[in-house]
Amino acid sequence: MLKVAVKKQRGAFMLDAQFTSPTPGVVALFGRSGSGKTTLVNVIAGLLAPDAGQVAVDDTPLLDTERRMSVPAEQRCIGYVFQDARLFPHLNVMANLLYAQKRASRPAFISLGRVADLLDLNPLMQRRTPQLSGGERQRVAIGRALLSQPRLLLLDEPMASLDAARREEVLPYLEILRDQLALPMVYVSHDFDEVLRLATYLVLMDRGKTVAQGGIGEMSLNPGLRAIIGADAVGAVLEGVVLGADPHSGLTRVQVGSGELKVKLSGHAAGAKLRVQVLARDIIVATQAPQSLSVRNSVHGVVESVVTDEDDSDLIAIDIGNATLMARVTHAATRDLGLKVGLPVWALIKTVSLRGHTFATVA
Amino acid sequence: MTWLSAAETEALYLSLSVATRSVALSLPFALLLSWLLTRRRFIGRTLLDALVHLPLVLPPVVVGYLLLLVFGARGPIGGWLERGLGIHLIFTRNGAALATAVMSFPLMVRAMRLSLENVDRGLEDAARTLGAGPADRFMSITLPLMLPGILAGVITAFSAALGEFGAVITFVSNIPGETRTLPLALYSALQTPGGETAAARLAALSLGLGLTGLLLAEFFARHVRRMLGR
Repeated sequence: MLKVAVKKQRGAFMLDAQFTSPTPGVVALFGRSGSGKTTLVNVIAGLLAPDAGQVAVDDTPLLDTERRMSVPAEQRCIGYVFQDARLFPHLNVMANLLYAQKRASRPAFISLGRVADLLDLNPLMQRRTPQLSGGERQRVAIGRALLSQPRLLLLDEPMASLDAARREEVLPYLEILRDQLALPMVYVSHDFDEVLRLATYLVLMDRGKTVAQGGIGEMSLNPGLRAIIGADAVGAVLEGVVLGADPHSGLTRVQVGSGELKVKLSGHAAGAKLRVQVLARDIIVATQAPQSLSVRNSVHGVVESVVTDEDDSDLIAIDIGNATLMARVTHAATRDLGLKVGLPVWALIKTVSLRGHTFATVA
Repeated sequence: MTWLSAAETEALYLSLSVATRSVALSLPFALLLSWLLTRRRFIGRTLLDALVHLPLVLPPVVVGYLLLLVFGARGPIGGWLERGLGIHLIFTRNGAALATAVMSFPLMVRAMRLSLENVDRGLEDAARTLGAGPADRFMSITLPLMLPGILAGVITAFSAALGEFGAVITFVSNIPGETRTLPLALYSALQTPGGETAAARLAALSLGLGLTGLLLAEFFARHVRRMLGR
């Protein structure tokens, strides 16, 4: 478990954050810029002293102001990947990596060779750091943090300064780390797509406070999320299992809840676990079994709740058996269809609107 | 050096020797002072800052006089050095080195402060998260990144030390072979009937040394900047 509780006053800004997340796993600190995410990770790293608080990783206390205990940052064994990489400009890539390795104080769980292989750093070793591209810099920074043999890895928007193409030079590597190392990670982001791809646990932050936290599926239904990502991005995140390829359409069949979705994906064997996001605005709600439609996906369920959303629409939660879908429909549609709790409905989803984010369960 | 007389060659070597001692003496103090003035907030910081810069605005003769008061044979520190450690400052090249060190100190501190202010504190934080303690961080990150400023400070201070006149002649007098550096030799040549050609040679020598120093400083600065990727 990663346990964090922090209070810190900075001028008019008050950070008051608590969360407890399972380890190992990737906990995403998600919120707008200025919500206190970086301040919070700086406290966890020990670079900033809070007014009051506790930080503990897997029962190892690192900060406890009540007991007047605070392990100095250089002894916390917490790796930190900064937004701006912060590679040492007077050292080449290899020397940056060795800098961390030499100073590591915990027993090594990862070698220089393994780090270089995982992050594809071998071709870069003799390069001078100012010559690296943005994506390469961040990979070296991640490698350097790993070689300090940390008990916890903090990543503060490591891709914020990269354009979309460069992000793809980094994101897959972060997925590899999540899946292959049993290392707890805290991932700071204001990009929900990154969170969907990487996180196993989500902490929502707003104006210095942790407003909600939980697993990704559960949090995708949280009203607090809508305020941050906007109404258009609201949608249930479902965890599903790949059943196999559909021979007729070439699409991949994924079991979610008691229903089945056909998703455009490649390279996933049957049995693979997958995370699928279904945007609320992409769901059509029908009260009768649909016929003669181009829509490939129709999932049967029961209305679980009807919540009035802003701008003339309602959010309909549909229970599809061990999973919940969210659909956005107009007030008029709610009225005309007589949508109410307990009503059996069909949720229709266009295949092209489905996005699959690979998801690996972490033991 | 056939075109220089023995006395002039002596003055040249003496100048280099005094300037080297001067830089060696002031370097650690300049590092400490630049670090204190840049990184620490304490009462009396502004006063300390002013004291460091005082030699820039004081007449050098005043500095030489103050040195005589403090480091003279009967001065509080001078007397102790002489009795306790057997170090003689008056009329010696070590005394000349002290006088030039004091005079060029602000130049060295300024250059180092400038470079220290440009060292990204974020890099030190990064080193901290990688397990580097305070002394380790200073040696492995701060100092190497300050290198351009340290080099610039050393070369500027060295060049200035070669040319220091007023404080040296006041504090340690003008003794051939011991404290008669280039500018003092030049001054003596001008005072001697028929010494104009010697004075011209010494002036040309000083000019050459000064120019070489500045060019070297620029060369090193470029090299180090390239090394640091800026």
